[in-house]
Amino acid sequence: MNLDPISILSQTALLLALAPLITGCIRNWKARLQNRRGPRVWQPYFDLLKFLRKDMVISEHASWVFSAAPYVVFITALLVGLMVPMVTTQAPLSLFGGVLAVVGLLALGRFFLALGGLDPGSAFGGMGSSREMTIAAIAEPALMLALFTVAITVGSTDFSYIVTAAQQPGWNLFNPTHLMAFAALFVVLLAETGRVPIDNPATHLELTMIHEAMLLEYSGRYLALMEWGASIKQLVLMAILVNIFLPVGLATDGSAAMLGLGLLIFLGKILLLSAAVVLVETVNAKLRLFRVPDLLSAAFVLAAMALLSTFLFK
Amino acid sequence: MEFTPGNLLTVTFATYAIGAVAGLCCLRHERPANLLTFGLATLASACGLLAGVLCLAYSPAFGTVRMQLLPTLIPYLSFSIRVDALSAFFLVVVSAVALAISIYSLGYMRGFYGRKSVGLLGAFYNVMLLATTLVFLADNAFFFLMVWEIMELTAYCLVSFEHEQAETRRAGVLFFVMSHIGTGCIMLGFLMLFQAYGHATGDYGSAAYSFDNFHALGDRMSSGSRDAAFLLFLAGFGIKSGIVPLHTWLPAAHPVAPSNVSAFLSGVLIKTGIYGMARVFFDFLPGTAGPPMWWGVTVLSIGTISAVLGVLYALMQHDLKRLLAYHSIENIGIILMGFGAALMFLHTGHPVLASLALIAGLYHTINHAIFKALLFLGAGAVLHATHTRDMEHMGGLAKRMPQTAFFFLVGAVAISALPPLNGFVSEWLTYQSLLQGYGTTDSLLRLMFPIGGALLALTGALAAACFVKAFGITFLAQPRSEHAAQANEAPSTMLLGQGLLVAACVFLGLFPTQFLKLLDPLTQSLTGLQISGQLTVANGLVLSGVNPNGGTVSTLGIAVLGLCFLSLPFLLRLVFARGTNVRIGPTWDCGLQGLTPRMEYTATGFSKPIRMIFKALFRPRREVQREYDFSPYFTNTIRFEAHVEEVFETRIYRPLNRWVLWASRRMRALQAGSIQAYLIYIFITLLLLLLFAL
Repeated sequence: MNLDPISILSQTALLLALAPLITGCIRNWKARLQNRRGPRVWQPYFDLLKFLRKDMVISEHASWVFSAAPYVVFITALLVGLMVPMVTTQAPLSLFGGVLAVVGLLALGRFFLALGGLDPGSAFGGMGSSREMTIAAIAEPALMLALFTVAITVGSTDFSYIVTAAQQPGWNLFNPTHLMAFAALFVVLLAETGRVPIDNPATHLELTMIHEAMLLEYSGRYLALMEWGASIKQLVLMAILVNIFLPVGLATDGSAAMLGLGLLIFLGKILLLSAAVVLVETVNAKLRLFRVPDLLSAAFVLAAMALLSTFLFK
Repeated sequence: MEFTPGNLLTVTFATYAIGAVAGLCCLRHERPANLLTFGLATLASACGLLAGVLCLAYSPAFGTVRMQLLPTLIPYLSFSIRVDALSAFFLVVVSAVALAISIYSLGYMRGFYGRKSVGLLGAFYNVMLLATTLVFLADNAFFFLMVWEIMELTAYCLVSFEHEQAETRRAGVLFFVMSHIGTGCIMLGFLMLFQAYGHATGDYGSAAYSFDNFHALGDRMSSGSRDAAFLLFLAGFGIKSGIVPLHTWLPAAHPVAPSNVSAFLSGVLIKTGIYGMARVFFDFLPGTAGPPMWWGVTVLSIGTISAVLGVLYALMQHDLKRLLAYHSIENIGIILMGFGAALMFLHTGHPVLASLALIAGLYHTINHAIFKALLFLGAGAVLHATHTRDMEHMGGLAKRMPQTAFFFLVGAVAISALPPLNGFVSEWLTYQSLLQGYGTTDSLLRLMFPIGGALLALTGALAAACFVKAFGITFLAQPRSEHAAQANEAPSTMLLGQGLLVAACVFLGLFPTQFLKLLDPLTQSLTGLQISGQLTVANGLVLSGVNPNGGTVSTLGIAVLGLCFLSLPFLLRLVFARGTNVRIGPTWDCGLQGLTPRMEYTATGFSKPIRMIFKALFRPRREVQREYDFSPYFTNTIRFEAHVEEVFETRIYRPLNRWVLWASRRMRALQAGSIQAYLIYIFITLLLLLLFAL
């Protein structure tokens, strides 16, 4: 357990480079499933570049909190990304935190995101913040319980340790505990990344948007940081899902061949999960806000059942 | 004079006493009264803090400090204090918070000039500080109860200090009554300990009241009387610390006190209950056999319920100080989760984990003391500037009171358990002890640990939602009232007081391993182990659960790396955003004629989704009255009222209250006013007693 500057830098680069692509893929595939041509897969990169080059308009009512929020959102997403193993079994920043720090840092980003939504004084932002915090509040127990179930079976809250344990022979990929925990986490993933049926990332209709409502007053490079941070967060949550529950093909040492193969397999797994998200988004309609708690409590119950099943399937 | 904890403590006690007398001497002179009382309190608490830190840091050198404060002629009573590690820890808590509050008060009390007697408040304040400090240090059950009672009474006087308002008077009486029910339980508990000691040794003298002799007394008690003592102390100290369902007085009493007093009440005073529980549950009652399982299960359950319900009710408040008061219930719950887990581990024979859980609880105790005091001081500064406690009349204060806003934000991040501040560290330790506890037993009870962890996550997320609301509605967007629009930054002493607490939040957040070293003598005395070495890896930069494979965290590392990453956005800006401008413009208003504060999201609106989701608990009720001439779409006036039911008050306390009143009315028949009847009562009582004695 040491800090390795090279792996920190390379994983940071991977996060920064890959995250917009995943967002682009999801948008493009979703459009195709809906018989539209859709934006190119690379479009998010151009969007980010465009936002970075634009002037900013900042609300006259906003305070310094509004300006601080994009930095916090962006940096917490990066930090979280370094605590989760992606291509190798060893996450570069495992020493600095595991499951609990990841959940905490995501909450810190969300905290500032919601404050940034409230700051300009528009009712949209307030509505988005209120809903975001509500949904996060009911998603977090399910997230924690599902992760605890895995952490308990392994005996560690350290993601690297969990993933390494999953490499050992005798790790049962399809045991019911893992399947139920996976299902719970998948629902949480949809909630945390603002996907249908919880939120609709493609809408700017007042009454339905949550995440977009908080970003409404952001422009220019602040918007770029916010969007980039959101895609990194999405990538990280997906990485948690695929690497914990499908821990195949992770590089166990630093050789180039291993790393190359690991990267390819990681990409494949993430794209597979993205396809699943696209399918869910396409065949479902957005839920009414007050139906969302039902879905999330179902996720919590699944996680609780996963925990109970550790008694039955040793 | 030598620089020893004993001497420093003598100075502390004397200075508090002089401060109190000085306040009474200058009742008519406000400025000198303010300077003297709070200046002396600052000095006294600084000495107390130093003494506490010395005791913890150099515990082998100083050992357990003992002092006789006053000579006594009364049997059983001895005015003796003893500073062991647990007492020293709480001495640090009370003194650190009192130091910041006293400095803050120098500026805050100016708002009382010409309105209320500053000298009187200062005198009560000093007495309360002295009594609270002595509660943590007392070495004799009688002395403990005496200072406990003085603390309660001065706190009552301070709660009802602004007694012109009916709300304050009601809250004061509720506080008074509930406190004394608690004191009654504690007295009975001590009597049981006294009897147990006397029964075992045959010594019913003053030794039977000494805390030294109460150590591991559980071994000498029958299991029934031990359980009874446990329940009595749990109820007594539980009322003081505000556990659900004994909490109703807390959100009533804390908001109505002057804000510096509220900060002390919520930050420190309720911790006397935590101190009592730590003392009794870990020092007096367990003994070699360890506590029974159900103690831990009870405390853990009460902790979890208090945490979740405390934060849920906090979310429904739009009175800033009441919201903070409900959060105290939540945090007491989190502390008790640690204590409960520790008791369970002691039962199952895992002293290392028990130490971890105990440390988690105690770490959260000092953290909560600090950030809750900070938040109340911030609320006081806001109150000072806007003359209201209602968040719906605030807003836009981040621009008008930038430092206060920053300090409040730090407190909000800390209390929401977000990294890298101190609240996160103690909750991390709590989570770790819960998760590692899963392997300590094979019974189904072990499910309590992960479920408790999940509910702690729920609590944390709801707390974050609540503080987004508290900070966002209070400090951000447009001011919602004239007062808020004309608010000014607080004076420098008030800022200094808050700044000290912010520094403490940052220190306790970034350097937990340094602080944990101070707790070694404490766990040594309570569980017989020193575990700070096991909690530290990488030269103290990284905190680990007792098992380094079980997970590590480094708040310092997160903070430093986060700051390094800050270069990234600036690099992007240099490369791509060169030459771009920043314009200040209006917020998007959908093409209307500009946004008014009335269009902003309100505190009530913000928490509406939560109110709807948990409507089974809140039973929300709303009344809308509108007047219109020809169509309901064109209203002339509209009146909106929303209520949330406080289940415990309406379902438990009010029926209980009614029953007590009914019973007392019936009892009145006895008091007929005729002397003959009274003589008969006395005679019958005497007969009964004689029969009983036979």
